[in-house]
Formats: sequence, structure tokens, C-alpha cells
Amino acid sequence: MSGLRSTGAGAARGVTAMSDRPADVRIRDFGEVDIGLSTDEAINEAARCLQCKRPLCVRGCPVGIDIPAFIREVAEGNFPAAARALKEQNMLPAICGRVCPQETQCEGVCILGNKETPIRIGALERFVADWERANGPDLPEVAKPTGRRVAVVGSGPAGLTAAAELARAGHAVTIFESLHEAGGVLTYGIPAFRLPKDVVKAEIDQVLALGARLKKNHVVGRSIGVDELLSYDAVFLATGAGLPAFMGIPGENLNGVYSANEFLTRVNLMHAEAFPEFDTPVLHAARVAVIGGGNVAMDAARVARRLGAKVFLIYRRGEEEMPARRAEVVHAKEEGIEFYTCANPVRILGDQHVTGIECVKMALCGIDASGRRSPKPIEGSEFTLDVDMVIQAIGTSPNPLLVSLIPGLERGRKGNVIVDENGRTSIPHVYAAGDIVTGAATVIEAMGSAKKAAAAINAMLKGE
Amino acid sequence: MYKIEKATKLADRVYEFWIRAPHVAQHARAGQFLILRLHEAGERIPLTISAVREDAVRVIFMTVGKTTEELATLRAGDRITDVVGPLGKPSEIANYGTCCVIGGGVGIASTPPIAKELKDAGNHVIGIIGARSADLLILEDEMREICDELYITTDDGSKGVHGFASDVLKKLLEERTLDRVWIIGPAIMMKVTSGVTVPYNVKTYVSLNPIMVDGTGMCGSCRVTVGGETKFACVDGPEFDAHQVDFNELMQRQRIYTAQEKVSLERFAEHRCRCGEGGHRHE
Repeated sequence: MSGLRSTGAGAARGVTAMSDRPADVRIRDFGEVDIGLSTDEAINEAARCLQCKRPLCVRGCPVGIDIPAFIREVAEGNFPAAARALKEQNMLPAICGRVCPQETQCEGVCILGNKETPIRIGALERFVADWERANGPDLPEVAKPTGRRVAVVGSGPAGLTAAAELARAGHAVTIFESLHEAGGVLTYGIPAFRLPKDVVKAEIDQVLALGARLKKNHVVGRSIGVDELLSYDAVFLATGAGLPAFMGIPGENLNGVYSANEFLTRVNLMHAEAFPEFDTPVLHAARVAVIGGGNVAMDAARVARRLGAKVFLIYRRGEEEMPARRAEVVHAKEEGIEFYTCANPVRILGDQHVTGIECVKMALCGIDASGRRSPKPIEGSEFTLDVDMVIQAIGTSPNPLLVSLIPGLERGRKGNVIVDENGRTSIPHVYAAGDIVTGAATVIEAMGSAKKAAAAINAMLKGE
Repeated sequence: MYKIEKATKLADRVYEFWIRAPHVAQHARAGQFLILRLHEAGERIPLTISAVREDAVRVIFMTVGKTTEELATLRAGDRITDVVGPLGKPSEIANYGTCCVIGGGVGIASTPPIAKELKDAGNHVIGIIGARSADLLILEDEMREICDELYITTDDGSKGVHGFASDVLKKLLEERTLDRVWIIGPAIMMKVTSGVTVPYNVKTYVSLNPIMVDGTGMCGSCRVTVGGETKFACVDGPEFDAHQVDFNELMQRQRIYTAQEKVSLERFAEHRCRCGEGGHRHE
């Protein structure tokens, strides 16, 4: 009890957890940063919940988990019932408990936040999911087979969520994944110290246990023709926003310049940190510049740190404007990442390999369309950082590989698939959700939109 | 798992494998490639699809690094953990008139499907295949069967024309009109050979072979500069207009992991010595 209500600086602000491993220890491995709640801590934390009659937290949850219900079960020590309550609305609770931005969702609106600290809903969700994984999962009921076939393209958060919903409804679901592992960004993007890969694998296995089939190594549009895809009774596109952006500055193709996607994929998916035990290499640098201020930039910086580098994070706006979760910014700083805010790279230096990066300082003036202060370069303020690696984490856009091949599929200016409020595209039996629709967003937003689209697909297949 | 149906050594360090992979075989077109991963600890490497027969695809590779060395230890009946494809855009096949398809070294592996589709489209197809010496020359009979004319070159003069494919190409261009040229081989060979067609203004394609990871446009490892723009070879290529390609940058980026590749290869060689002939296999 005492541990939870204690006023550790981070915990009091609800930014970082009391259960975080110390920074100087965790940067030596890829083990999880937050070790999670003990059983006593979870029960005590759950007991703080006011069990509001009209709970704001549920409205703050994109997948609509009955939060008071599962927390009530935790408070009573009834963990199997808590797990059932969670999985009624969310088949990926161990993942969401770790990577959802609870501070702007359920916990952000928790009424307790007004006076003391909000209930640690994310930590409790994770506790319950981890408890269930350790004690043998209990699967939700699956409806009788409907005989309708659904193709789900992509096995990231949106694809897995829709596949789970549709398999539970009794449809024959086939998930197509282009890589050799399922999970999309959960597998190749988010590092193990934030989201251990056995956790991801266990939750994917639960989705498959509902009856969804997974076809790995299948690039739809290449290994499966568009005609074959469209022959399914319903199609759900969840191919994500996997196309990395490059800044377009000189020196970008020098050896030692990575997209965050490549750098993270080499480590998270291919295990390059364990080279030569694993065959895929990644460069090891002494000094690394990471460009960007989002969660992906923090992930890349912290992976580079764990590979032994001194890491500089360069962001064109101020720290308050960073789109990354506050906790990840704090974690990065704790781990010794040096921030250069209000700075923007103008060119990457080097002959064949990177030797440095030239930046210009930025002044923040006016408010732009995104509601943030817009950065303008300050003339004559150029400075150079000596680095031997540069990682660009300035965003990704919808992957055009498949969607550009489907005739009649309406797309927006940025290549995103256009859908109505139910996730339906310009082709009647084709639906889409997640980053392919919105551009790069969060795991839980992708899951929320996927759930909605799955409900619409289900209604369509039932002829409603 | 993907079963190796047939494994043959074609020349020193050059192997031909037929792998059962129906989803790749059924959709493969000329110019496309696949990516394979040998086992759970393996890396993903791209290889051109050199032929298709029912549900199997053929790849031809030279042992140049750890993964190709390890692949070469496998035999018919063995299995590969992952095969994905076909990847990349197919070759731009049409009836152009007279086309020349050139393969250098193990790059010859890529030429039969392109030559065949060009022939089927109604072109007069001239093949040029070149190697360092006669014993390294592959697929001669196959190319002779497909092409209307076939020229052979060897660097040492042990077979055919003593010299390079570029020499034959130059001579052809002096004598007659070529409407399209394809060149597949090592980067330096593609750079030099495609330079020959510049003064004749003949549209020339090269198939680029940068380092790749996913092969679906997700990582940008394979980025190349074509006409001053950054392109991803895996999804925008692998074939590009040769006259627009920055070959020096391609060659520079092919060397990113030279040091690591050496470590990996030496470690594998050591394992192999300890485990005897056939090599160490991960399960």
C-alpha cells in the first residue's frame, strides 16, 4: 500500500512508475523498464477506485473497456473475472496496459486525478493480463461458424483487433502478414524494453486460438492477387503507415544514416543487438543523432543507448511540443539522452560514412495548423555535432504497396485510404482502419477504429 | 517451412536451388525477387527469381557471405524457414522490336525470365552472357534456347569473345538499332556496360541489388538515387533506368556492413571446421 501512494516524484505526477528499474541498470539490457505491480500493490491500487456511477474513464477508452468492472474484480482479488471483463472489449490487454497513452485517455479523465493521483488503470490492466498469461488464458466464447470468409490484411494492432472480433463472431478469418512474424509495429517497431516480444506473441496466440488463421510471408498484391483478395466476403485493410519519411537534406544516403524503421526493425525483429549470434547486423556507433520528438524517436534513441552510444536527440520545436508520451521523454532523459530542442538538421556531413550533422537553431513563433508553435530557423545559428550515426524518426506515411493496386479504392492526398464513420471504403465490402486510414497514430486508436469497422463488417455479413 | 526440391552446384561457388513456394511461384513475373530467411537466427536476403516450374521457384546464388555459404550446405529435402515474394515490380515487357538482355557472372541467373517474356511479347531477343572464364559461365543452353542470338564473353578468352559484354554491346550498337537493353550483374559491371548505350540513347534497364531488410518499402535500407530522387529498390524497382542511377552511391551503400559480414563469415567457417563437412545447421 505504502509503495503506491508514496510521493516518488515521478509517480506523483503520474509520469513514470515507481516500478521502473533504475536507469543505469536498464540501459545495459533490453529487459522491461517497468517491472509492474505486485499482487498486493494491484489490489491496493484497485481499492482506491471510486467505482463512479457514470465513469469517465470508460468514455476515455477508445475500445470501451468496462474499467470499473475489471478494477472491482482486481480489488476483490478475483483475477480470472477481471481478465474476462477486460477481454470482453480488448483482446490485447497486456499490450495496451504497456503502450497506451493512459495519461491522455482513461487516466487523464479519472476523477481522482483532480485531488490526488488518478487510478493507475494501465498498470492494473497489465497486471491482470500478465496474471492471466502466467496462469493459463481463458478464451472468450466463439460463435458458431457462419461460413463467411474475411480477409484481414496486416497483423498489427488494427488487424489483430478486427481478426479477434470477427473470429469471435464465427467468421472464417484469414490474416495475411508480409513479414515472417505477426504483430506489425508491435513486433518490428516498439522495443522489447517497452513491450517484451513474448507478451506480444502470447496475445497474438490468443487471437489465433479464437480460430483466425495467420498466413505469414504473404504480401497481398504480390503473393495474393487483388482479385483473390476481393473474392472474400469481406476485406479488412490494416496495412499501417510503414513508409518512412526522409528529410531530403544533403548527406542522407551516407553510410550510417538510418530511418528509425530500419534501425528498430534490425533490432526488434531481426535481433541485431545479438549479432553475430543472429545473422542480421546493425552498425554500432559511438555518437548517434536521432532526429524527431515522437515515441519512435525516443525508442530509437533508447535502443542506440543500449547499443552503447552517446545519444543526441534533435527536435525542431520545444520539449513541451514533443508528440512523445511524457513518460518516454522522462525515461529517455533518465537514460542519458541529450536533448537539442529548437534545432533542425540542415545537412549530414561525411565522405562515405557519416562524420557529423549540421543543425540550425529554431525560434518558435506563432501557432501553426497543428496548434503548436511553429519553428523558424535563426539565421547564422548553425552548429555542428560530431556523430557517426544519424537516425531519422520524422514520421511515416501509409504504405502504398497494396492499396495503390486496388482499382477503385479511394485515397486521400497522403495516400491514406478514405473511409466512412464505419470504416467502409469506396468499395462496398472493403473496410480499412488504423494507420492506413489516419496516418501514423497510436496503437489504441488503431484498435478502436478496427473494432468499429469489425462491428460494421459483422453487421454487413449478417445482412443487417 | 519451404522445402528445397533440388540443389545443384553449377560452378565454383555458384549454386542452383529449386524451392517449393507456391504463393511465390504462382505469381512471379520476370524481374521480380524473393526474400528468404534460413532459420530463426537468420537474416533476410533477396535473391532474383530465376525460373518457375509449377509450385517451385529457382534461385541461383554465389557464396559471398555467411548466409549464402550456409544456404549452400543445404541439400534436397532440407527446409528453409521463410520465403516471401514475389517482390518488386516486374520488368517492363512490351513489343519494342529488338531487345538485348545482358547478364554478367551470377547475374546471368536473372536473364532467362526477362528474355523469355520479351520473346513471347514478339521481340527479336539478343542475349549476351559473360563470365570471368568458361567454367563460371552458367545457363548457356537455356539462354541459347530462348534467344534469337546469343553471344558469350569471357574475361580470359577461355570461351566466346575474349573481353567483356560491353565490347559485344558496343559492336552491336555500331551495326544496328537496339530498342531496349537490360543489364544484370555486379554494380560495377552494370555501371560500365550501361555507359555504352548512352551515346545511342537506348533505354537501358539495370536490376539493382542494394542491401534490403523487409523488401516491402518499410525500412529504406535499399534506397538508391535515380534521376536525383531517392527511390526504394524493393518497391520502386529493382529495375531502373540505368542512365539515371547513381552507381557510386549504390556501391558505397553495398559496403555498409563489410566489417560485420567478415566477422559473421569467419565465425561460420570456424563452426563448420568443428562440425565437419556439411556445416552446422540451426534448427
